[in-house]
Order: sequence, then C-alpha cells, then structure tokens
Amino acid sequence: MTFSPELEKRIEKLLASYPSNRRKSALIPMLMYAQDETGYVTRELVEEVARRIGIPPVQVDEVVTFYTMLWRKPRGKYHVQVCTNISCLLTGGEELYEHTCKKLGLGHRETAADGVFSLEEVECMGACSWAPAVQINYDFYHHVTPEKLDQLIDDLKKVH
Amino acid sequence: MLYNEPSPLETRVLTRRFSLPNSASIDTALANGGYQQFLKACGMTQEQIIDEVKASNLRGRGGAGFPTGMKWGFLPRQSPKPKYIVVNGDESEPGTCKDRVLIENDPHLLIEGILIAAQAVGAKAGYVYIRGEYRYLIDIMEKAIDEAYAKGWLGKNIQGRGVDFDLYTHTGAGAYECGEESALLESLEGKRGQPRIRPPFPAVAGLYQCPTVLNNVETFCAVPSILEMGGKAWADLGIPKAGGTKLTCLTGHVNKCGVYELPLGFPVEKMINEVGGGIRGGRKMKAFIPGGSSCPVLKGDEAWPLTMDYDAMAKAGTMLGSGGVVIMDETTDMVKAALRIMHFYAHESCGWCIPCREGTTWLKKILTRLDRGVGTTRDIDLAGDLAKNMLGRTFCPLGDAAALPTISIVEKFRDEFEAKLRKVQVAVPAFPDSPLVVMQ
Ligand SMILES: Cc1cc2nc3c(=O)[nH]c(=O)nc-3n(C[C@H](O)[C@H](O)[C@H](O)COP(=O)(O)O)c2cc1C
Ligand code: FES
Repeated sequence: MTFSPELEKRIEKLLASYPSNRRKSALIPMLMYAQDETGYVTRELVEEVARRIGIPPVQVDEVVTFYTMLWRKPRGKYHVQVCTNISCLLTGGEELYEHTCKKLGLGHRETAADGVFSLEEVECMGACSWAPAVQINYDFYHHVTPEKLDQLIDDLKKVH
Repeated sequence: MLYNEPSPLETRVLTRRFSLPNSASIDTALANGGYQQFLKACGMTQEQIIDEVKASNLRGRGGAGFPTGMKWGFLPRQSPKPKYIVVNGDESEPGTCKDRVLIENDPHLLIEGILIAAQAVGAKAGYVYIRGEYRYLIDIMEKAIDEAYAKGWLGKNIQGRGVDFDLYTHTGAGAYECGEESALLESLEGKRGQPRIRPPFPAVAGLYQCPTVLNNVETFCAVPSILEMGGKAWADLGIPKAGGTKLTCLTGHVNKCGVYELPLGFPVEKMINEVGGGIRGGRKMKAFIPGGSSCPVLKGDEAWPLTMDYDAMAKAGTMLGSGGVVIMDETTDMVKAALRIMHFYAHESCGWCIPCREGTTWLKKILTRLDRGVGTTRDIDLAGDLAKNMLGRTFCPLGDAAALPTISIVEKFRDEFEAKLRKVQVAVPAFPDSPLVVMQ
C-alpha cells in the first residue's frame, strides 16, 4: 500500500517518537493519520499498519473496534458532527441535530450515497462554552444555529 | 484565538499572555518571561522544586484534585528505569473546554511546565496525549515543539545546562475513558483504552511500567507561575487549602458563556451574575453542576451561597471537578438532562467491567422510559437504587461518574419524574426560545 510523501514523513516521525522496542505505541496515531488519506480503516490499511509496526493484524482490529473515531466503513468527504451533550443540549444542540438530519437526509453515522456528506451525533467535543457546537472534519464551528448550519452545508455543496 | 471576551474580574496568571499578538509563538513567549522559570528550576534541587509545588497547594486540575507536589514526590528516586512525563490533554468531560484554550493560546507555557516537572523527577522524555477531535491543537503543539527544539529549549543539553528532554504529541481516537489515567497509558501503548488495576499508580509503574508523572494540561501550565511567584504567594491567590487560580468554563443558560481564569474560592453568585452576566432571560437557576457532568448536581438554591473550591463543594455533597460549570435555568427538563448524561456514559463505558457496562445501559433504558412518560413510579426508585449499587463497585471511576449525577437528579428532582409519569405539565414557564420546555 502506498501513502503520500507527507504521510510517510509523519509516520517516520511517529515511529521515532517511541522507544525502539515500543513501536506498538505508534498504532493509534498511525491509524488516525492514515485514515485521513484512505477515508476509513480498510482491510488493506489494517494489514499495512500491522506490517509496519510488526504486530499481527488482529491486534490492530482490537484497537480499531474500540475507538469511535476509527471508521470501519466509508465516511463522507465532509463528516458533519453535531454535539448534543449537556451544554449543547441546553443551548439547542438537539434541535440542531434534528435539523441537520433533515437537511442532509441522513441519520447517525450514515453516509450519503454520493459520498459527499456523512453525519454523526457526537459526544462533548470540548466547545461547551461556545455551544451549540459542530465539527466538520476537524474544523470547529461555534454558536451554530440552523441557519448557520444551512449556510455551511450549502457552501460546501458549492465547492464540491 | 480567544472565543469569548475576557472578564475584568479574572485573575490572569496562566492566561496572562493570551491577549498578546501571536501568543502561541516562541518569540512572544520568550519576550514575555517564557522559559525563565525552567532556567530557575535548573538551579534548584528536585526537593526544592517539589517543595515549592507543595507550598502552592496546587491540586490536579483534571478533575480528581489530587495534590500535585505530593504526587511528584511519589516517584521512586532510585529506580533504574527511565522516567516519563505524560500530559493528559484528553479533555472529554462534558462541560469542559479549558485545556483546549491553554494549548491553543500558549503552548510554550505547557512545554515550560513539562520541563520543570521533568527536572523535579529526572525525566528525559514526555508525551502530550491530545484527544483525536483536537487535531488542530496537535498541529499547534507540534509547531511549538519544533520551535522549542530549534531554539534549544528541547533536545540535548538544553541551553547549555546539561539537561536533555524530548517531547512528542500523541493523538487519541475518540474515547472518553482514555482520559482516565491508566486507560490513557494503555492507549499510549497502542492498546484498547481500558483501565489498569491500581495500585501500582502511574508514579511507580506508568508508561511502559516506568515511573511516570501524569497530570492534566492545566496542572502543568500552573507550574511556571508557581516558581515565579513562589509557592506561598501562588497559594495565596486562592484560599487556604486550595491554591491559585482555575480555568472555569461557564456553559449552559448563562448570558456570557466562556472560559475564565478565576481564583479558587470565587463565590458562585459573583461568578454567575458578574462574570457570566446572569442567567439567561433573568430566569431562576434550577440546577448547577460545578465541574463536568460527572459531579453530583446541585439545586440552584443550594449552589448560590457556595464558593468554587474543593472543600466547599465537598461539603455541599458534590465536587469541584474539572472546571466545566453547567448552569440550568428553570425551563430545563431535568429528566431529559439525566437521560442525556446517562446516554453519554453508556456510550463511553469501555465495557471492561460489568457493573459499569451493564449498569449504564440499563439506566439509560430506564431513563428513556421515564423521559417518555411511559415508566412507572417503581422505575424512579429503580434508577436511584441501581445507580447507588454501581457506586464504588466499578474497576475505574467512570461508574461513579455515571452514578453520581443520576442519584442526585433522581433525589432532588423527583417531582419532575413523577410529573412526567402523570403526563402533567411540570410547573415550568414556557419560554419560546428554550429548547428544553416540557410540552404536554
Ligand atoms: C472516566 C474518567 C475520565 C477522565 N478524563 C480526564 C480528562 O479528560 N482529562 C484529565 O486531565 N483527567 C481526566 N480524568 C482524571 C485522570 O484520571 C487523572 O486523575 C488526571 O489526569 C490526573 O491529573 P491531575 O492530577 O493533574 O488532575 C478522568 C478520570 C476518569 C475516571
Ligand atoms: S457539550 Fe457540546 S461541546 Fe461540550
């Protein structure tokens, strides 16, 4: 499996971050950074990461099944995450999530057929003082209203 | 970047460089006192550094509030094993968004705090574990680390002082449990984020079974100012037994939500009305969570006379926690709040031990019934009893974190549960702008 030169550089740096007999420490970061390129954790990626670290693929699977941000099925190019945890709930997060479901025609952890958008109702993302909060891929959006969300989505549709 | 206006009532110690242009750059840090306390630490013995931290009364800012100086003192001096520094930047306690602000605005303050801790225990390497959602912070942190290497504040023979220290970032991948210190270490070792049996504590057998200092981001960020001011003077910023300042996240139904640096012992009333500009719409406060959703919930009237410190909150039957203050006004549906909180713990339970895994899911089911008004009065008792049965019976404190808010909400707001069952409108005024109005 070939990665981009940037990812190769990142992986090299990553593997140098841990004692040489502790390469397994690089597992989760390697999956996270590689997933940004592959979209999700494919079978091929599991095997590649296992090979690079020098562990059996089953040890990679053990980890992939534990962490919410490691995806085992394709996500959209734009992964929209709406927080409905307590501070967001109090400021309209639930209505915002329902609105987003309708806007995108998707439910929790669903990906649109054309692969452009996917949606997820997420737990607290650390934006509680500027709630309700949304993340699209890794970008944060604060004080999001349904109107603001529509605007965000429509803009992304245009650039797509 | 600052996401809210600072308040004139803040005591800006950790956040004092925040308003400077390019506050995250090493040039700004160095021109404004950055790394000077590390140099001071190089001229101190390990005991002197630890004594200063003990004198400051600094208690861990990650939620448990354990005295930091004492924790550092637990590392075995004579151990032949390498020692590590691990920074807990997992920040996933609902209501909490302060470590993010610290790393984003002044990553060099964190690096300096880490270097001082490393001097105090003789560590040569450290990892900053940052939750996966905070990818942009990993970029900021890595840039700061690169700058520090380039200017000789990390690496070999730092500033010619004969000190070596290497620092790395490590991303999480979405798991609240990885904020728990032993699960964090498992995750850092490339495993599922499940807790380890303790003792041994990380101070003795932490990362790779080596002695490890593991603290919250804010705890490390407090250390440079402790050396600068002296432990005693730093302690005096707060109140006896609770030193210094704490980054406090005001969230929920308050006019000026935001992260503010307030001295320990700050009155709740002043915090809400003056720093936070009062409750939204001039309403009454129905409920108050002092520091993240794992704390027992207080009724508004219980909270008003309190002060924001460990002892006052403990006396009131709750905890100061992580600094994530959640304020709920009189329109809040407490049954729904209890359900949403339990939904989180059921989702985040790591599944390792049965009382937590089964208990949280069962409670979520009961609370769902009650929220829909289709339960029975026995369900209300069952929810309380079940939560009490989880207390102290789980492998790590996540079980308690799930049980405590439930027990307090069921006890203090029982009438709302009963009212929902009777399908009678709870006596809350209906405000059109409020998302949590109980409809008939
Ligand atoms: C379920 C659970 C989640 C936790 N999450 C965090 C967290 O996100 N950040 C944090 O600093 N501490 C968290 N803690 C507390 C840590 O276990 C640990 O006490 C803390 O990082 C120690 O640092 P301190 O003494 O500086 O507070 C959590 C604890 C539990 C039980
Ligand atoms: S509760 Fe939504 S970001 Fe914290």
